[in-house]
Amino acid sequence: MVGFIGRRLVNYVFLSAIATALGYLLVSSTFQPAARFLGRNPPVPQASIDAALDKLGVNPSVPILERLWEWGTHLVTTGSLGISTRGTQVTADIFERAGTSLRLLIIGTVLGAVIGVALGVWGAVRQYKASDQVITYASFTVLATPVFVIGILLMIGATLLNRAVGTNVINFTGEYSAGLQGNFFTILQDRLIHLLLPTITLTIGAIASYSRYQRSAMLDVLSADYIRTARSKGRTRGSALVRHGVRVALIPMSTFFAYSFGLVLTGASITESVFSWHGMGEYLIMSTTNSDVNAAAGTILFTSILVLIAGTLSDVIYAALDPRVRV
Amino acid sequence: MTFTDPNTTTLPEDGTVRELGDRTTTRGSTIVRRVFAAKRARVGAVLLVIIALWAFVGPLLYPWGFLDQDVRAFGDSPSANHWFGTNNIGQDIYAQTLVGLQKSLIIGFIVGPAAALIAGVVGAVAGYLGGVWDKIIVWVIDLLLVLPSFYILVLLSPVFRSLSWVALVVFLALFGWMVLARVIRGQTMSLRERDYVKAARFMGVSGATIVRRHILPNVASLLIIDATLGIGAAILAESTLSFFGFGVQPPDVSLGTILALGSTSAVTRPWLFVFPAAILVVTVLASSLLGDALRDAIDPTSGATSD
Repeated sequence: MVGFIGRRLVNYVFLSAIATALGYLLVSSTFQPAARFLGRNPPVPQASIDAALDKLGVNPSVPILERLWEWGTHLVTTGSLGISTRGTQVTADIFERAGTSLRLLIIGTVLGAVIGVALGVWGAVRQYKASDQVITYASFTVLATPVFVIGILLMIGATLLNRAVGTNVINFTGEYSAGLQGNFFTILQDRLIHLLLPTITLTIGAIASYSRYQRSAMLDVLSADYIRTARSKGRTRGSALVRHGVRVALIPMSTFFAYSFGLVLTGASITESVFSWHGMGEYLIMSTTNSDVNAAAGTILFTSILVLIAGTLSDVIYAALDPRVRV
Repeated sequence: MTFTDPNTTTLPEDGTVRELGDRTTTRGSTIVRRVFAAKRARVGAVLLVIIALWAFVGPLLYPWGFLDQDVRAFGDSPSANHWFGTNNIGQDIYAQTLVGLQKSLIIGFIVGPAAALIAGVVGAVAGYLGGVWDKIIVWVIDLLLVLPSFYILVLLSPVFRSLSWVALVVFLALFGWMVLARVIRGQTMSLRERDYVKAARFMGVSGATIVRRHILPNVASLLIIDATLGIGAAILAESTLSFFGFGVQPPDVSLGTILALGSTSAVTRPWLFVFPAAILVVTVLASSLLGDALRDAIDPTSGATSD
């Protein structure tokens, strides 16, 4: 098992490193960092443009592979991802924003997977009954709705609720109310309320896709002989389904988890932007609008590391569930 | 077709199960009949046709053009004159939504099938050739899957933003085939060992011909399913990119750009947002209902039976 996970981990590290390097090449060749100096009045002299670009290490007149080498060696030796176009350290920016993004991501992934798997199992066991039909059509509708639409609809709903009640019951802009004074619990409560709508936005999509997948995996298992064997041994229906059914049906889910992580990541960055959270999603969009090569490359590295962790985690779950891997 | 399906088989008087139709029934017509036996497929297909007709015929039957400004109605709520209301410069939201819907549908109907086609070719080639080529192709697919497509498309947006929406279509297709290609590869690896494929190989038929003549038709069902599901996925991707300003650029409009404009005042004037959003959801829902019913009807490994 350790060998299996070790081999996969090495593969992931290698893939992530190449993906980051290719990502750097991609943004270096498509972004135009010099554009913001052009068309100014009075015109900026070429020498100062070059100096500014050289300081960031993004001067297009330097060969692209040389820039990548510089960026890579700088990263490995000093741990720094360079300077953003706003003059801040990209590494510091990412550390500042990572917490915001990770909080949403972890809550979304865990809640989405747990509730989604539970709903999927329930739907499969009650196949074609009314509750299964409701879950199926509800998840189809959710999956047909873009994340930003879910977010904005929730905002409209919360505003109507606030108006009906007369006070701001649900605050949804930003991560916390600016300038709020009070003790620990007031601040905690404020943050939790701000977390409510983004969590629903992100989780509801994850629940829908996990429940669809778990339902079909569970249906495959339900007709299997070993479920009947477990029943004939005298296990109750519930125990046979949970101990022998769900466990087997979770094996394909662990692979799906790695695939769907990209979707959750996308969903999280969209959710952040809709609710004006200052996370990595906003950083990605900002770096593209500002033609900020270093910030974009930093985002790519951050994302590849997350994908690496998610991939390894899904392999660990796979190995834990499937005894064949461990021999 | 050796297996019988309770929904498409009739039970004659003598009690033996017989497949619906004559012996001359082709596989294609059997599938079509089985697909449309499912209510979801009928609902999805009919909805898609209605939406497409509505998008292209609707504007002709409506007095307001999508750029016309009604100076007597700035930011009006829905009325008999303006069915979906107007925005703050008096443009009719119903007319705009239909024009946006046209563009979104065109993007969806091109990108979905195009991505499925790329997936089919890449997956079939990898699975058929095997060995080193297979390793390389799978590795490239894994590499492309490290970063979410949305991230890649946002980072590439400086390239296609200056070009027309056609470039967006190309990029959406280029980054939407990877997962399906892996599935096709798996199918091809088992097809490669079939006798008729071996026979063709020993007869000296070239690899390209075998892939075209034997492999692709056998995975066509999967490709059709994903081309259908891909329509909805492409419309979703387009609207999300456009919402953040990275997709369709003015003067072109799509559902995404309309939603982006409507979202800023969605709370105070919900009609700017809710109507286009509802149409977007219904369109994507129709394509996924149809695709899912196709999967139940065609793909015996999907685990679900049609309802």
